Parts: sequence; structure tokens; C-alpha cells
Amino acid sequence: MRNRAEVTLPSDDKRWRVVEATMRRNGYRPDALIETLHTVQESFGYLDNEALLFVSNALRVAPSQVYGVATFYHFFNLKPQGKHSCAVCLGTACYIKGTGELLDTIRETYHVEPGETTDDGKLSLLTVRCVGACGLAPALVFDGEVMGNATAESVHAKIEGYLSDDDV
Amino acid sequence: MMTYDELTATAAEEVSRQQRYPHCLRVCMAAGCLSQHHDTIKTALEDAVKAQGREDEIQIKGVGCMGLCAAGPLVLVEPESVLYERVAPEDAPAIIEALGKQPVEKLVCPTDVPFFERQVKVVLENSGVIDPENLDEYIAAGGYEGLNRALTEMSPGDVIAEIVRSGLRGRGGAGYPTGLKWSTVAKAISDTKFVICNGDEGDPGAFMDRSILESDPHRIIEGMVIAGYAVGANRGFIYVRAEYPLAIERLKLALRHAKRNALLGDNILGTGYNFNLEIRLGAGAYVCGEETALMASIEGKRGMPRPRPPYPADHGLWGAPTLVNNVETFANVAPILRRGGDWYASIGSETSKGTKVFALAGQIRNTGLIEVPMGITLSEIVYEIGGGTSNGRAVKAVQTGGPTGGCIPETYFETPVDYESLTKLGSIMGSGGMIVMDETSSMVDVAKYFMEFCMTESCGKCIPCRVGTAQMYRLLDNFSKGCATEGDLELLSQLCDLARNASLCGLGQSAPNPVLSTLRYFQDEYLARMIPAEPVIAPALDDPAS
Repeated sequence: MRNRAEVTLPSDDKRWRVVEATMRRNGYRPDALIETLHTVQESFGYLDNEALLFVSNALRVAPSQVYGVATFYHFFNLKPQGKHSCAVCLGTACYIKGTGELLDTIRETYHVEPGETTDDGKLSLLTVRCVGACGLAPALVFDGEVMGNATAESVHAKIEGYLSDDDV
Repeated sequence: MMTYDELTATAAEEVSRQQRYPHCLRVCMAAGCLSQHHDTIKTALEDAVKAQGREDEIQIKGVGCMGLCAAGPLVLVEPESVLYERVAPEDAPAIIEALGKQPVEKLVCPTDVPFFERQVKVVLENSGVIDPENLDEYIAAGGYEGLNRALTEMSPGDVIAEIVRSGLRGRGGAGYPTGLKWSTVAKAISDTKFVICNGDEGDPGAFMDRSILESDPHRIIEGMVIAGYAVGANRGFIYVRAEYPLAIERLKLALRHAKRNALLGDNILGTGYNFNLEIRLGAGAYVCGEETALMASIEGKRGMPRPRPPYPADHGLWGAPTLVNNVETFANVAPILRRGGDWYASIGSETSKGTKVFALAGQIRNTGLIEVPMGITLSEIVYEIGGGTSNGRAVKAVQTGGPTGGCIPETYFETPVDYESLTKLGSIMGSGGMIVMDETSSMVDVAKYFMEFCMTESCGKCIPCRVGTAQMYRLLDNFSKGCATEGDLELLSQLCDLARNASLCGLGQSAPNPVLSTLRYFQDEYLARMIPAEPVIAPALDDPAS
């Protein structure tokens, strides 16, 4: 167990205190790594090198191991995300009901590949493996909110709304 | 220090306070219905009650999943037991107006249909009935009675004997006898032992664990504390997918309530037994559903499996003996302790006791969550409870057991659903996802889809799985494009055999299942996508170029 004085925060940004609180609650143990990365991503939206190195120092886990864990799990983003997100569920039930085709139309219409963000930084396209909303298949998740029984029209309407949102 | 009697007294008070209302509306607040703006429906109903000045006679209650997700959002009116389906916020005034009179005709969902009548609820007994955020309601419904009985009347050995008697088997998929697993951990000699609840529900098409955690979180806590007492552990972890925010939120609240009321933490119910529970979040890796990978993840490492033995029961989390059970398995523990192992064993089939929760999805009319006794046939599930396909086409097959399960054709639908029968058909029980496919589904494409899943989810530690899934995917892609050769078919079967026998963990070992089961039942579809073999021209021996 180490005390707070030994951990120097990267900047005055208040969000680092939230990250630090997670590590403190777990006694700065190395096994708090995944929990800590969750908090970093929740606070900053993604994990950059500065954050990974900070966590590595604070928990005394080798940077290679931190990077290994951050890249192993699909949930962690190492790149900044767009203002809005569209996650297409590719779980079995959704796939059978046609999310594969929906994904293709999104890719072709808006020129964005899964895992990438549009050039204007407004929309990140993601794919997920089952959000557990199989009863509502086909399902997509827009900014954390599930759209059930999706159609090409409802998806386009939603994305057009995001792209015309100029407040970036 | 609260005693169990004090807790039940407080709970009874809370229930009688609620019963003062002549009408009660139960609104489904599980993720499926919530995503259809159900939160606004609860508010709309509350506003309508206020507008009509009937606050004293009508209670609006948020409850967990009622099962029939296809007809959501759902609202149940008590005491009349009228179920309203596809409720929109605009319907609220009419619903409130109709209380005590004729129900709103156009919204009524019939409940005298097989979907409701054929179900037997043990795990889901409280789902859609109690408010998952209210501990008193859980206690009033018999909650923590099993824990109290275990801690005050039984020795750890008695508890294990009760579980053995119940015949409960692991609901995560493999069907290992739960009582046997518990007694192995109990026998291990160590000062530190752990109990882990595997809530990394990664199978696409399965959402029963999410629903249980969202609808009845205390049931899991109670099951885990009982397990901890039985095996001699004082610490536990619940590993939940980060993709289930609502389940995590409700679980955290339930942990706080349980701790405050001496149902968790130090000196539980004044008996001197200590058990602490923490939540750990998954981070989106399918392989973490494998128990050794899951433990690596809890330790903050990459979720990679390791060879077994040693099994977690001897050498688990941080090297200590560890009990790992699935969410649904723990959900069965409290009712078994409350009502006895013999009662539980009276449900189900000869080898598979109790009930199983299935998630019905795909091309089926009644998508949603069902709980049925083991031994029920697939046709009863698909046609009677599920109502057949949603588009009127014929059912072709049902896929059970997730991406590592198999496809069962319609001709075998009279098979009883239990661990052995499904394995015999080349599929597995798995966690309980059932995806119904109609006659237009291409089985080759389905197999390719699952192989792509296994390929991307392979952790990369062992070669048979890492390379094998990629090569099998490539071969399936040839079939899918219609340019496969005779050799591809042979190679595919060889690779299936190799991955099954040589992979390190369950993911690689069962990745060939979808291919093998579709090859077995739908081989003609594979053959139809092969190019006719070209005659092989052997080079002449005296060719100067060779």
C-alpha cells in the first residue's frame, strides 16, 4: 500500500483525481489495472500514451503489460472517439435479422470503416458482439442508447442528425 | 446488528404499506424495454395518476424483465393481472382511467397463451414481480431465507449435501455437477479461498444473465454468500461485462443494501461468518468467459486461459482454491436452500434437474426470455412457447449454445432439451441462447459467421485455435463464395478435428461445433457450393522443365 504523496498526477485536470481515487480504493495493487483503465476511459473517452504511462507508474506495472492489456480488450479505445458513436450489433440474432447489410450501407454511404471516425470527427462507427438486446433485433447503439428493430431509414435519419450537428 | 427476524418484520411492514394501494402498475424496467423509452412511460403513468388525483389509490412500480421482449414495453396491472403490451407514453391517461373498470382493449396482451402457461419459474420467480432496487421486496418474497437457514441451521457440509441432492448442474454450459464442484473446493486446504460469479455473458444471442442481474440482483448475492459459507471462502468477485451498465448499477446498489443490513460483510446475520463481495468489470473479451481466462482478467492481466489441471478448485485466483459458477447457477442456490434439494430434483429430467432459462431470438414470433423445465422438447419451445417464425416461413433449424454450439435441424425437434441429448446431436446446452433460423438462412453462411466470431475472439495463445480458426474461416469463405473444392471439404474436416483435440481451452475446442453440426445435417448445402473437380494432369516424367 502506498500513499498519495508518491503519485504525481500528470496535470491539474480534475479528471485525474477520479482516476487516482479508483487506484487508491484498490490499494494501488497491480490487479487494479483493468478497473483503472475503465475509469480513465470513462473520464477521458480514450486511453492515450500519457494515461497509460501514468497508470503504469502508479500501479508499478510494466508499460508493456499495460499496453498489452489495453490492446487485448475490445472495450478500450486508444484513439479519440468522434462526438457521436454508432455501434452496430453483430450478435447472432441481429446478424440473422440483417445488421450486416445495415453496416455495409453505413460504410458505403458515410465512408467510414468500423473502428474509425469520420473526417469531421462527428461520428465513430463501431461493431459490437451482442448488446443483449436480442429481443429487439436488429439493434444498434447510438451514443449508448439502444435502437431496436432498426431499419435503413431509421439508421440514416439518426446519422444524418448527428452529421448536421455543428456543435463539435 | 439486524437479525433475520427483524429484517422480515421490516419487509412485511413495507409490503403491507404497498398493499394499501388498491391498484398497482408494474412497469418493466429491464434494458430491453427501457431502450424503447420505457423510462418515459413510467413518468407518463405517474403524471397521469397525479393529473387524475389518484395518488392514494395507485402505485406505480418499476420491476424487472417480464420475458416477452417482443411485445415490449410491457405494463402489468394488479390485482386484475391484466398485461398491456407495446405501451406508449400517450396511452398513460387511458390506462389510469381504466383502472377498476374495463381494461384498454387495444393494448391487452393475452396471458392465457402457452408462452406464459408453459413456463416454470424458479430462477425468474421474482423477475417482473419485485422492484429490483428494493431489498424489502426481495426479503418479503422469501429472499435471504435460504441464507438464514444455511447459516443458522446447517453446517457447510449440510449445505453441500443439499446442493448435491438437488442435482443442480452448472448453467454456464458444461453442466458439471455443482455439488461436486463445491465439495472439491471445500476439501481443498487453504487459509484463503475465493468464490467467483461468472457474469461475462459473451455468447451472442444469450441475455439471461443480464436479465437476472437487472431484475433480481439480491438472488445472486445470496447464492454467492451461501456458496462462500459452504466452501469456506470469505471473499468473492462478481465479474460482469462492462456492456451491461444497468446490471452493474443495480448490482452495486444491491451490494450496498445487503452490506447495510448485515447480509454481506462482517458477521453476517450475527452468526460470525464474514463474506465480502466486489464487482469486477469485463472489458469485452469473449474468451474471459473461460474460467482460467476470467481469473487472469480479475488479476488485472490479459484474459488468456491456461491449461487445466490444475483446476481452479485447487489452484485458482492468486493460486488459492476458487469456486467459479455462472450467474444462473448461483440464482438457483437460494431457492434450493429455501425449499430443499428434493423439491428441486423433482423438476426436470432424469439427468438434468431443475429448470433452464433460454433466450429466444432470431426469426421467432415471441422473442424474449423463457424458463422451462429441463426435458421439454425443442418443438414445444419453438412452436408452442415461441409461436413459430415471425414471418410465416418454415423453421429450418435452431442454433443452441452460442458461437461454439451447433445447429439442430427441424427433424430433431422432438428431442428433449437436456445436457446429454443436445451433446448427442452435436450441439451443446451452452448458456442458453436459442436462435431460430427459417428456411431462407444459409447454413454455410451461419457457420462462417460463427467461425469469424471465434477467429476474432481467439486470444492467440495456442496455435490450433489461433491459426486453425483463421484457416477454417478461409475455407468456409470459399464455400460461401461458391468456389470450394473437394480438397477444401477434406481439409475443413481435418482442421475441425485438429482444433477440437489440440486447443488449449473451450473456445478452440468447441469452435468447430457449428461447422461439424452443419456438415452433419446440411451437407448438401456445402456440396452445392463446390466447383466440380477438374481432372488432375500429372506432369510427364521426362519433362525437361521439371
